[in-house]
Amino acid sequence: MNSGLVMYEEEFRLIAGICDRLTRDANAKVVFLIDKNGQLIASSGQAQNLDTTSLASLTAGNVAAMGGLAKLLGEKEFPNQFHEGERESLHMSIVGGRVVLVVIFDAKSSLGLVRLRVKKAGEELAKVFEALAQKQATPGTQSPFAEITDDDIDHLFSE
Amino acid sequence: MSFINYSSREINCKIVYYGPGLCGKTTNLQYVYAKTNPDAKGKMISLATETERTLFFDFLPLSLGEIRGFKTRFHLYTVPGQVFYDASRKLILKGVDGVVFVADSQMERMEANLESLENLRVNLAEQGYDLDKVPYVVQYNKRDLPSAIGVDELHRALNPKNVPEFPAVAPTGVGVFDTLKSIAKLVLTELKKAG
Repeated sequence: MNSGLVMYEEEFRLIAGICDRLTRDANAKVVFLIDKNGQLIASSGQAQNLDTTSLASLTAGNVAAMGGLAKLLGEKEFPNQFHEGERESLHMSIVGGRVVLVVIFDAKSSLGLVRLRVKKAGEELAKVFEALAQKQATPGTQSPFAEITDDDIDHLFSE
Repeated sequence: MSFINYSSREINCKIVYYGPGLCGKTTNLQYVYAKTNPDAKGKMISLATETERTLFFDFLPLSLGEIRGFKTRFHLYTVPGQVFYDASRKLILKGVDGVVFVADSQMERMEANLESLENLRVNLAEQGYDLDKVPYVVQYNKRDLPSAIGVDELHRALNPKNVPEFPAVAPTGVGVFDTLKSIAKLVLTELKKAG
């Protein structure tokens, strides 16, 4: 099986920094980054009251569905999506083919500003994920789970 | 595909419940949700039709505790079972770490079981996975119904590779956690091998 996404401390700090800056620069309420499989990678802004796990899963589902629609229409994918609400709006953008950058914003910002800032942040994030992929592919990087024992696993299920 | 986050010391895995329409996939998740400590679970999301049939997926995030200092989180998904929702079934299998095949034990649903199992194999292959290599368990659900056929017969038809299998009655919880524990163990064991 393919090995999954691995996030290291250094790259996580870079990603969190980019998300924080995007939140400020775009006057956004919340910015979050998920992988296309629905795992939350990072969040920034007023995310405390949000169910970010569910948001991540639904975003991935939505992006996957739009990807399916794109293919039916002969497109590779729809890299950007915008959903307008009465009070809050949502902008999703696929970064580096693998992760989705989501911005939630209200009347304090505008779609134009969000798009502009997302483009810049997306380019920066793509570089970080490229470096991350290379790091992960480097021989000698070992998973912390290489050493887990059957007892460790059993212990998880002890009542 | 699992997600290991060294920064937050978390490991996230994706488990998909697959099977024919009305075999009890959503009921499995509902039972797990009802019986799990509130601290260990997130919100259960069901994208269903008005008649409560799963339209896109059900989703339940579940924490199982720590392993080697890493919090383990399992994201449980179901697929829509009805034949015509094949496009969304394919999407949900993306990035899967482990599969539970929920079979309906009733004699009249045997053909639907076989069709769904074949559909699972094909859809996994489209995502680059081989059912014989993915962590995988089988659940024989609806054991309480009068037309349920013998487990031996179900085994012969649906489990020739002899993967872990569990008789179940999902609404009352029989076999539900045994199934979940088994697939979670297989997923973690696979992770260990990958390391």
